Amino acid sequence: MIGRLSSSFLQTTAAAGAWAVDLFWYAGSLTLLFTQTLGGAFCRPLRGKAIMEELFKVGVKSWFIVAVSSLFIGMVLAFQSAYQMKKLAAEVYIASLVALSVVREIGPVMTALIVAGRVGSAIAAELGTMKVTEQIDALMTLAADPVRFLVVPRFLALIVALPLLTLWADAIGILGGFIVGTVKLGVLPSLYWKMTTIPLVFKDLFSGLLKAFLFGMIICIVSCFEGFRTEGGAEGVGRSTTVAVVTSFILIITADCICTALFYFVWR
Amino acid sequence: MIEIRDLSKSFEEHKVLERVNLTIRSGETMVIIGRSGCGKSVLLKHIIGLIKPDSGTVRVDGVEVPRVSGPELDRLRLRFGMLFQGAALFDSMTVDENVGFPLREHTTLSDSAIRQRGEECLQLVGLQGIEELYPSELSGGMRKRAGLARALAMSPEMVLYDEPTTGVDPIMGDVINDLIIALRDRLKVTSVVVTHDMRSAYKVADRIAMLYNGGIIAVGTPEEIRGSSNAVVQQFIKGEAVGPIQEGLPDRRVLSRWTPGARLGLR
Repeated sequence: MIGRLSSSFLQTTAAAGAWAVDLFWYAGSLTLLFTQTLGGAFCRPLRGKAIMEELFKVGVKSWFIVAVSSLFIGMVLAFQSAYQMKKLAAEVYIASLVALSVVREIGPVMTALIVAGRVGSAIAAELGTMKVTEQIDALMTLAADPVRFLVVPRFLALIVALPLLTLWADAIGILGGFIVGTVKLGVLPSLYWKMTTIPLVFKDLFSGLLKAFLFGMIICIVSCFEGFRTEGGAEGVGRSTTVAVVTSFILIITADCICTALFYFVWR
Repeated sequence: MIEIRDLSKSFEEHKVLERVNLTIRSGETMVIIGRSGCGKSVLLKHIIGLIKPDSGTVRVDGVEVPRVSGPELDRLRLRFGMLFQGAALFDSMTVDENVGFPLREHTTLSDSAIRQRGEECLQLVGLQGIEELYPSELSGGMRKRAGLARALAMSPEMVLYDEPTTGVDPIMGDVINDLIIALRDRLKVTSVVVTHDMRSAYKVADRIAMLYNGGIIAVGTPEEIRGSSNAVVQQFIKGEAVGPIQEGLPDRRVLSRWTPGARLGLR
C-alpha cells in the first residue's frame, strides 16, 4: 500500500517536474525570440514595404470587425448597467461607467483578442506553412535572417496598429453606449458627453494604449514562435495556429490583469 | 573541398546518420543515392549548416560548419546555392522577386541589373515569360526550375541539389542534367546531388556514394558503382524488389495470395 502510494507520488512529482521544465523552456524560447526581434528592429535597413503591407493586413483589414464588436459591446454595457442603475435612478452615470470600462479594459482587451484571432492565427499559419515547405530553410541558405525578414515587420506593424485600433475601438464603444443612453434611456446628448469626459483622465487612456502595445508584442512573438516550430504537414500547421491563438489569449488576459494591478493598485 | 567526418545525427530515438565519412573534391559532382528516408537530405542540410550534428563535423575548405555562426556562417552560405526538393520558392513573391532575392539582399546591383540577371538565370533553366507569376501559378516542374534559377543567381562555387529531376518531365530532367554538367565543366562548380534517378546519377556524377542504414556503404565512379559486388548497391541501382533490402517492403507471400476485395466479400 505504502509502496503504491509512494510510486504514484513519484509519478505525479515527475509529471509536475516535466510540466515545469516545458513551461520554463517555452518562456525562455519566447524571451529569446523577443530579444532577437528587438535586436532586428534596431538594425538598418528596415524593410519599409513589408512593414506597410503588414500594417495594412493588421490595421486596415481589421477596422471593420473591431468597429462592429466594439459598437455592440458598448451598447450591451449600457443596457446591462441601465438595468441596475434604473433601480437607483442613476442612469446618467451609465456614460461614465461605459467610458471607463471601454477605455481602461474592454477596448484594449477586446481589440487584442480580435487581432489575435484574425491576425495571430494568419501569422502562425503562414510561417508554419513556410516552415513545412522548407521556405524558412531556403531563407537561411540565402543568408537572410528569418527573424529580421519575417518577424520584425510583423512586430513593428502590430505594436503600431494595435494601439491605433484600440483608440478606434474606444471611440466606437463609447458611441455604442451613447446611442443606448440617449435614444433608449433618454439622457440628453450634452449631458451624456459631459458624464463621459468628466471621469476620464490621461492615465486611463495611457494605460489602455500601453496595454495594447504590450498585447501587440505578445500576439506577434507567440504567433511567430508557433509558426517557426511547426512540424509535419497540414495537421501541424492547424495545430500551430490553434496553439498560437489559445496561448495569445491566455497571455493577453494574464498581462491585462498584471497591468491593471500595477496601474491602479501599485502606482496609484 | 567538402569533408564530412564521423557525422552522426538522431531525431529523438531514430538514428538517421551514423559516423558518415565522405569527401567531395573541389570541382567534382558527387551524387548521393539511397532509399527514401535514409537521410540524404539531412546530410545535405548538414553541409550548409541548416542542421547541427550530434557528433562529427563538416568542413568546407577547412571551415568547420557546425562551429561557425552569425556573419561567418552567412558568408559561407553565400558560397553555396541550394535547390530544395519542393523548390521552396517564397509564396509571397513573384518568380522574378524570388530569383532576384539573394541579389537584392546581398549586392548593391540596380533593379534593372537584378532583373536582367534573373532573366538570364531563368533562361538557363528554360523559363521565359513567367517572371510576373507567383509560385502557386506554376506547375511542379516549373517551380523546381525557378528554384534552380534562384540557387544559381549568386553564381555560387558549390551547389547542393535535392532531387533535381524529380517532378520534371524526362526531357526537362535531361536539360537539368546538362546544366549540372555545364556548371562543372565551364565554371568548375562543386555539386552535391541527392537523387533516386539512376539515369541522371550516371550522367552527371564524377563519383556516386550510396547511403544505407545511416552510413556510406559504397563510393566510386559510375562504372565502379555499376560493377560493385555489394548486393545492396546492386539491388538499389537495378531497382529490384528482391534482394537484401527488405525494410519497408510488403511481404511477397502476402502479395502473391492477395485477391482485391476478397476479405470484404466483394469477389
